[in-house]
Amino acid sequence: MNCAETQRLLDGYLDDELDLRSALEVEEHLAACAQCGAEERGRRELRERVRANLTRHALPEALEQKLRDGFHAAQAPVGGVRPEARPARRWRSVAVALLPAAAAAALLVVAGPGLLSRSSEARIEEAVIAAHVRSLLANHLTDVASSDQHTVKPWFQGKLDYSVPATDWSAEGFALAGGRLDYVEDAPAAALVYRRRQHVVNLFVWPSRSAGEAPLRHLISRGYGAFRWAKDGMNYWAVSDLNDAELQEFVALVRGAH
Amino acid sequence: MPEEERTFEQLVLPHLKAGYNLARWILRNDGDAEDVMQEATLRAFRFLDGFSGKNPRAWLLSIVRNAAQTHLQQDRGRTLGTAFDEERHAAGASAERPPETPEAALQRKDRQRAVDDAVRALPVEFREVFVLRELEGLSYKEIAGIAGIPLGTVMSRLSRARRQLQAALGQGGAP
Repeated sequence: MNCAETQRLLDGYLDDELDLRSALEVEEHLAACAQCGAEERGRRELRERVRANLTRHALPEALEQKLRDGFHAAQAPVGGVRPEARPARRWRSVAVALLPAAAAAALLVVAGPGLLSRSSEARIEEAVIAAHVRSLLANHLTDVASSDQHTVKPWFQGKLDYSVPATDWSAEGFALAGGRLDYVEDAPAAALVYRRRQHVVNLFVWPSRSAGEAPLRHLISRGYGAFRWAKDGMNYWAVSDLNDAELQEFVALVRGAH
Repeated sequence: MPEEERTFEQLVLPHLKAGYNLARWILRNDGDAEDVMQEATLRAFRFLDGFSGKNPRAWLLSIVRNAAQTHLQQDRGRTLGTAFDEERHAAGASAERPPETPEAALQRKDRQRAVDDAVRALPVEFREVFVLRELEGLSYKEIAGIAGIPLGTVMSRLSRARRQLQAALGQGGAP
């Protein structure tokens, strides 16, 4: 890694936001380069100084009370609303409109912790989306850059104990750009990288711990679209900022092939 | 209705402090920050339908941030340059600490003032990202969601903010 790239990633490194490989490369460069090392020390000094001195503006008590009163007024029982109750009407009509939502929110909060499998699903979702985002952030899309499936597939064979279905779909508009080793659920996962126009699709593949088969599901998380399914004991996640229709087209190709 | 009331309170009220701090840093004065917090809590009611139930702090902060930005744009035409607070360092002096000598207190205040002034002087796009990171400790992903910018932009804005602060505070870094 050179100085320019290190400077670009330095803040991501200090904030612990880089993927492991980029972080190690930055670290290596910082140890070897006096100038970048000085830059890093300057940033750390700044951080200390800011943490010790930057003012956190306290919410004035009177304002806090005013905001709390606003909540209570908005959520006062609605049984007693009369047409002539004018001063409170605006707040109350807001409250009425919100009741179903508030009830749904209450349900979510109550039901959330009880559903273990759902929360582990949420963790996987979080991990997969984070892996996708990291791959874009550090320009570390691929460990092996090749559009040739006969290069990408054997590259994984030395690193994973399962076979990775690396197929190039250039003819269908999804060009294989390469492969990358990533981590999901604390286990290595293969990430196959495809490009369509300026968009990137990450296809994550790793052995399933529970179900051998799972139906196709679509979800949107942090602005990224994703499709996930399981087949023959393997989990598949396709993640991209591509529109849903095109991502679905990609998923159909992958599912049709395996 | 006490059930719903409590739930909504639990969701939003704990984050009013973080919301106010953000509004205050974006707007740089108390009066505007107060107006924006009232506007933002009203919006939070209205937008409750669209809230997923996850991460209420980031949700409220994004509402506060948008309300503050709107306020700033409306304000720019009206009172260009006057939205500057007079008692800007009053808050720094009231931090709870064990008793200290008047001299030490003065030095501490000077240090706080230097850092506060440098951050206040940052362009607002850098300032909001910086405050969300350093005072709220949010992840890049959360900041990207709140400020409505790509992840890479979060990193580059933080980088530019910090370089500008290093220069303003006359310390460290490459010559």
